[in-house]
Amino acid sequence: MNPVALRRLRGLLRKEFLQIWRDPSALAIAFLLPAVLLLIFGYGVSLDARNVPLALVTQRPGALAASFTAAFSHSPYFRPRPFLTIQEAERAMRAHEVQGIVWLPSDFARRAQAGGDAPIGVIVNGVDANDARIVEGYVQQVWATWLTARARRRGEAAPTPLSVQPRVRFNPAVSSRDYLVPGLIAVIMTLTGALLTALVIAREWERGTMEALMVTRVTMREILLAKLIPYFLLGMGGMAASVAIAVLLFGVPLAGSWWVLAGASALFMLAALGMGLLISGFARSQFVAGQIALIVTFLPAFLLSGFVFDIGSMPRAVQWITHVVAARYFVAILQSVFLAGNVWPVILPNALALAVIAAIFLGLARTVFRRRLD
Amino acid sequence: MPAAADPVPALRCAGLRRRFRIGRRVVVALDDIDVSVARGGITGLIGADGAGKTTLMRLAAGLLQPDAGRIEVLGIDVAREPLKVQTRVGYMPQHFGLYEDLSVRENLDLYADLQGVLPAQRPARYAELLHMTGLGPFTARMAGRLSGGMKQKLGLACTLLQPPELLLLDEPTVGVDPVSRRELWQIIDHLTRNLDATVLFSTAYLDEAERCDTVLVLHEGRLLASGPPREIAAGMDGRSFRATAALGRRQLQARLAGLPWVVDAVIQGGGVRVVTQAGASPDPATMRPAAADVRFVPVPPRFEDGLVARLRAESGRDAAAPGGMAAGDAGVVASPPGADDDIIVVEHLTRRFGLFAAVDDISFRVRRGEIFGLLGANGAGKSTTFRMLCGLLPPSSGRLRVAGFDLRNAAAPARGRIGYMAQKFSLYGDLSVAQNLRFFASAYRLHGARRTARMAWAIREFDLAAMLEATARDLPLGFKQRLALACALMHEPDILFLDEPTSGVDPLARREFWRRINALAEAGVTVLVTTHFMEEAEYCDRLVIMAQGRVLAAGEPEAIKAAARGANRPDPTMEDAFIAVIEAADKRTLAA
Repeated sequence: MNPVALRRLRGLLRKEFLQIWRDPSALAIAFLLPAVLLLIFGYGVSLDARNVPLALVTQRPGALAASFTAAFSHSPYFRPRPFLTIQEAERAMRAHEVQGIVWLPSDFARRAQAGGDAPIGVIVNGVDANDARIVEGYVQQVWATWLTARARRRGEAAPTPLSVQPRVRFNPAVSSRDYLVPGLIAVIMTLTGALLTALVIAREWERGTMEALMVTRVTMREILLAKLIPYFLLGMGGMAASVAIAVLLFGVPLAGSWWVLAGASALFMLAALGMGLLISGFARSQFVAGQIALIVTFLPAFLLSGFVFDIGSMPRAVQWITHVVAARYFVAILQSVFLAGNVWPVILPNALALAVIAAIFLGLARTVFRRRLD
Repeated sequence: MPAAADPVPALRCAGLRRRFRIGRRVVVALDDIDVSVARGGITGLIGADGAGKTTLMRLAAGLLQPDAGRIEVLGIDVAREPLKVQTRVGYMPQHFGLYEDLSVRENLDLYADLQGVLPAQRPARYAELLHMTGLGPFTARMAGRLSGGMKQKLGLACTLLQPPELLLLDEPTVGVDPVSRRELWQIIDHLTRNLDATVLFSTAYLDEAERCDTVLVLHEGRLLASGPPREIAAGMDGRSFRATAALGRRQLQARLAGLPWVVDAVIQGGGVRVVTQAGASPDPATMRPAAADVRFVPVPPRFEDGLVARLRAESGRDAAAPGGMAAGDAGVVASPPGADDDIIVVEHLTRRFGLFAAVDDISFRVRRGEIFGLLGANGAGKSTTFRMLCGLLPPSSGRLRVAGFDLRNAAAPARGRIGYMAQKFSLYGDLSVAQNLRFFASAYRLHGARRTARMAWAIREFDLAAMLEATARDLPLGFKQRLALACALMHEPDILFLDEPTSGVDPLARREFWRRINALAEAGVTVLVTTHFMEEAEYCDRLVIMAQGRVLAAGEPEAIKAAARGANRPDPTMEDAFIAVIEAADKRTLAA
């Protein structure tokens, strides 16, 4: 770059940093938005059941029944409420006071003592299928634990077989937050990156400053670079803040190395900023730019990145679409780097995909932006 | 060949065309423009909103590509080599292209960087420009906190950092106060006289045309006329008169406008300025019996006379075109005007936004059946005052009464007496003309036979029958204005609020609009109007001049003008009076 062009770029960069400093909206998008979303989703979205209100119907109280209910009271997953009749328990479930019912029939103690089958009734509120399955699994688990403990006390082998949900069996202590939060970071940074560039350029259109820039000697490449550099730094700052929240606040372990995380984040940030640049090539008002960014970046990242909805179980056509969602690759890298470590067979292909997507979006933005208004 | 005499014109267009697609509609912004503008001097690009001024500016700046034809700037084909053109022209877009959260100095630095002004050249260049624009004391102030006039001058300074051979200024004076407007003209004169720059200047103010060396008149995308402004007014010799009679000036004007030999009749001062048909001379006989005492005094023609005559010839509309409601036909039942019947009372009204006082202790009274004007630049506090009067905004302090009510907590009956036409004509763009009428009728609680009758009245009176199914968004500006007025009058209000009603419409639409307003006033409707067009003050019975939230002068237009009369200004215009009022106020501030 010749000195005159360098001076133009420096002038634009200085302007951009002054604006970032004086108008807090960019800082809010980079730092406040990810922090707020991360806190809301991090605390609000959980695939674990904890403190589920559960009705325990004991039709004939006794020592055995008491030991069984105690098993539920000690479980962190349930908050049991005793009932004497199944009718009362059902009424409570209909009123959404309890999520499920565990029912010990009157012959429970007799049949258990006899050493045979001691069936218990489990009724789960199936309105939310996911919750229902989790509650059902937990109930089975508590029951299994109780049976095993009882068998051990009596010097018997554990009764088998038990049908138990694998997720519950292998991951009873680990909170689902540990794999949700890294995915969330990818989804949130998609929105942040796209909004940063889309909104600031739309603002220049709205205020007529873009028109004034275009008739100076500045080139489109310089204008785009002058947007990319400051907002890349800002976006990486937001990314660092999100990682800090994940590690320090949510206690998510970081198994891999920092520099892999930083490198992948940089590639991803370029892709997200590139999407924002591309959007601002079409949307010339901040309102429209914001709407488009939300619809074409945040929603696909949320639904199609595999951060919570498994890509493998989507219809084939939708699976293909997920390949153009940059967040998909970043989610894979983040979940690997946070939970499993530097798993190169995962990281390398996904990083390559991110680089390709970033190059495509930035290249498209470069061709869409011309020094003309039509 | 004229090209030999003028080897490289500043601007040359040949068969230039440009269309825009807006939704499903194609708008022809420029249609077959052939024109050549010589280097040196000031060229004015004159036309209403939508005439094609901005499109031509952008084509010249290389920001748009023509659909057909050629446009050359300084001999360079703009479509082929936009960069080459851009290094030699300066372009100031409509909103001045300033970064509002950067200071004056930072804006200058940025544009100096972008235009390749070497650091060594800057101190001298900055000093010169800051001196010229008077911005020296404000270099640390944020551009967003400058007044409209100061922004305009900063925008100009930014385009002048690297002295351009051709300066393109897109509506730099619209909405800016007259003092800043005069200062801008001084700068432009200086640039062209002393520094050999060529300036292309677009404006909707016709009085500015007379200060240009050449004018290009655009009308609906076509070039209506081009040449020195005197030449355009030249054909008008002996056709301009000033008419006076014992009759009220509004009635006199209404009568004159209806005569076949009259091309143009507008209220000016205490009389009516009349332009006759070519070859016709004033015929007082046609004014009998009501104005038998009418007297016609010849006056020198002005640019606007020539333009209006051409526009009339162009549009086929003549002065006698229908549209002027005769007094009493407005469908408005208003109480007869009483001598000291103040229908609007404003006392010590103040509205603050944070520390900033948008309206600062203003007081005025409007009499029933009066046309009362609030005259001032953008940011003077006119619209804020209006919003308070309509009850849309609570005052910070002070008292106001409209028809005896404070509209903020008045019941529907009080609001039912008021018609309001907002800036930019708050119409529903996606609805048709008929749907807009029906909606506003319902909004004013008109039903059944009454609604049908009022809609029929509006369609007849405002000549909307041909456009009933058209979408409001697609209407020409003049039509929008008519529709908006029809909607505001749906419920037969006896007080009418008009916020910048004629901004951007062409001179004929403006005349038609005022003819209707005059008829309403004659029928006893009280009209309160805001405007930044100095000439429109002539239509007002009384007015206040506002600047920076304060009322600087109040009274009849003639009295305000008379107060500005001096040895060097024997016959001041309203603009002269405005400037005198502002300068006097500044002196008082300095003395205090």
